Amino acid sequence: MVQITLDNLAHSYLPNPQGEDDFALKQLDHVWKDGEAYALLGASGCGKSTLLNIISGLLVPSRGRILFGDRDVTHQDTVARNIAQVFQFPVVYDTMTVGDNLAFPLRNRGMAPAAIAEQVQKIAAMIGMEDQLKRKARGLTADAKQKISLGRGMVREDVNAILFDEPLTVIDPHMKWELRTQLKALHNEFGHTMIYVTHDQTEALTFADKVVVMHDGRVVQLGTPEELFDTPEHTFVGYFIGSPGMNLIDAEVAGDTAQCGGHAIDLGGHYRTPKGRVQIGIRPEFVTLTAGDRGLPVTIKRIEDVGRHQILRAEFAGKPINAILPEGFAVPAGANRLHFAPDRINVYADDWRVAPLHAVANPVKEAV
Amino acid sequence: MDKVQNNKAWFLVLPVLVLVAFSAVIPLMTVVNYSVQDTFGNNVFFWEGLGWFEQVLTDSRVHGALGRQLAFSGIILAIQIPLGIAIAVCMPKKGFWASVCLVLMALPLLIPWNVVGTIWQIMGRGDIGLVGYSLSALGIDWNYARDPLHAWITVIVMDVWHWTSLVALLAYAGLQSIPQAYYQAAKIDQASRWSVFRYIELPKMQGVLLIAILLRFMDSFMIYTEPFVVTGGGPGSATSFLSIDLVKMALGQFDLGPAAAFSLMYFLVILLVSWVFYTVMTNLDKAEGR
Repeated sequence: MVQITLDNLAHSYLPNPQGEDDFALKQLDHVWKDGEAYALLGASGCGKSTLLNIISGLLVPSRGRILFGDRDVTHQDTVARNIAQVFQFPVVYDTMTVGDNLAFPLRNRGMAPAAIAEQVQKIAAMIGMEDQLKRKARGLTADAKQKISLGRGMVREDVNAILFDEPLTVIDPHMKWELRTQLKALHNEFGHTMIYVTHDQTEALTFADKVVVMHDGRVVQLGTPEELFDTPEHTFVGYFIGSPGMNLIDAEVAGDTAQCGGHAIDLGGHYRTPKGRVQIGIRPEFVTLTAGDRGLPVTIKRIEDVGRHQILRAEFAGKPINAILPEGFAVPAGANRLHFAPDRINVYADDWRVAPLHAVANPVKEAV
Repeated sequence: MDKVQNNKAWFLVLPVLVLVAFSAVIPLMTVVNYSVQDTFGNNVFFWEGLGWFEQVLTDSRVHGALGRQLAFSGIILAIQIPLGIAIAVCMPKKGFWASVCLVLMALPLLIPWNVVGTIWQIMGRGDIGLVGYSLSALGIDWNYARDPLHAWITVIVMDVWHWTSLVALLAYAGLQSIPQAYYQAAKIDQASRWSVFRYIELPKMQGVLLIAILLRFMDSFMIYTEPFVVTGGGPGSATSFLSIDLVKMALGQFDLGPAAAFSLMYFLVILLVSWVFYTVMTNLDKAEGR
């Protein structure tokens, strides 16, 4: 087990990449700490799988280096790297039995047969296929095949890291939850570095200590689930994480006030006037609906009751804006103003978060 | 409501029946007719019963031809199938050279059979042929018209040259259909090149390989033109395979009765082997879909 460092990494599938657009993976510096469980989150086609394949050695990056500890492994093959990887769609060796499938990676490493048998039993118990070890893998359901693939990924205890590329896509929902718990348990027991690619934010947030969000071939933020929720570094993180995502409103920011279409909004921090396209971002959780003449005037479209809370769908200046209202909240008559909690507002310039110079000492608390 | 029975619809099948009758049924029945009768010319026939069948079944000449035929088919399958797979595995998978290889591989398949025979007939000649002359120059007394072993080698090399491409192209198609994920998973599992072949490529090629074996078996079992052109079945009867022997019997000696009985049994053997292959393949499909 080892710390994995990506140094100036970039990858293009084209032989002679010209502009930045030619790169599937834009320049990237990143350290995967030994023994942590990471989730790699992002929309389809953002470069997640490319990154995994580069780490495991299936792809050689166009630029940059990969270090395992201090060892440069950029041009080493999968055998030298000893990394396990589970793919999105099941891959089993049809002519082998389930047991032989699980034993295959161990046999290839020349492990003693007795130790192999023991390890295979253990993994089979973990994926719930102990009674099918002697069966041929051909003709099993996609579910069962994917469990075998997962098992093959977890069977080697000496791997440097385990990479999961959306491994639970084809698995039944109830089995999904169970397998995720098993992965978590495995991580706690052996402390492998795990990188788990997904585009399902719930999966990412429950599995990982640290979440890496990728967008358009770039890592836009690395952080704990809380950090991603409270201070998204990029507007993509804001609206990709959370349900519904962060509200983004075009604004002019100066000092501790934002001007949105002629309405002043108090901010929780002090800012220099940012350049470029400036937006303020506020999570629907920190938006309240009020009557009166303070806050942002909006047109209310509808209110959705989703059980534990209600979602208010409204419009400001023709753009949608959402708020989360508590369960059973009765909308006051004439309420059409939205108020934002000042210390929860983030400011973005050209999609990247601008840190405040300092917090406002005593943010004005408006009466709700 | 009762079903309306409209038997007039059967008339619509008539054109097909007529066509099939002329193209298959009538010629086949003529052969059946010959196989149970004898004639001394003048179109006068006598009932012979199963006599010709008994004669053919006990004829040591037919036994010899059958033995040579089985040996020939066995040898060319044993060479062409592994060689074809090996070529397919080594061929580039994409890009310019993949196209070049495909065209080169397809070339022998496009050459008419009697031309193939002629090419090798000339190639093997000790006086002017490239191969024969070279071998003679190396001190080997190469003469396929005199030495049965040389005749066999020539015929087998010719068939391998002509038909290995077919096996290679089929195997190549099978290889191309294997998803990349299998190779990636095998790399992650640190499988050796041999393991990749044994556990991924070979099982995934199974279907096309069975077709390749079936095609090559049937074609080689019926081979006529090329050995006829090269050796004419000789020296002696060393390369007289079933077809060559049959033609000698039917058109050389004009023994219509025995030749007809021979043809029918020949046909049944091929039918039987094809049926066995068909059954095996459909069973494999079922096992796959289970």
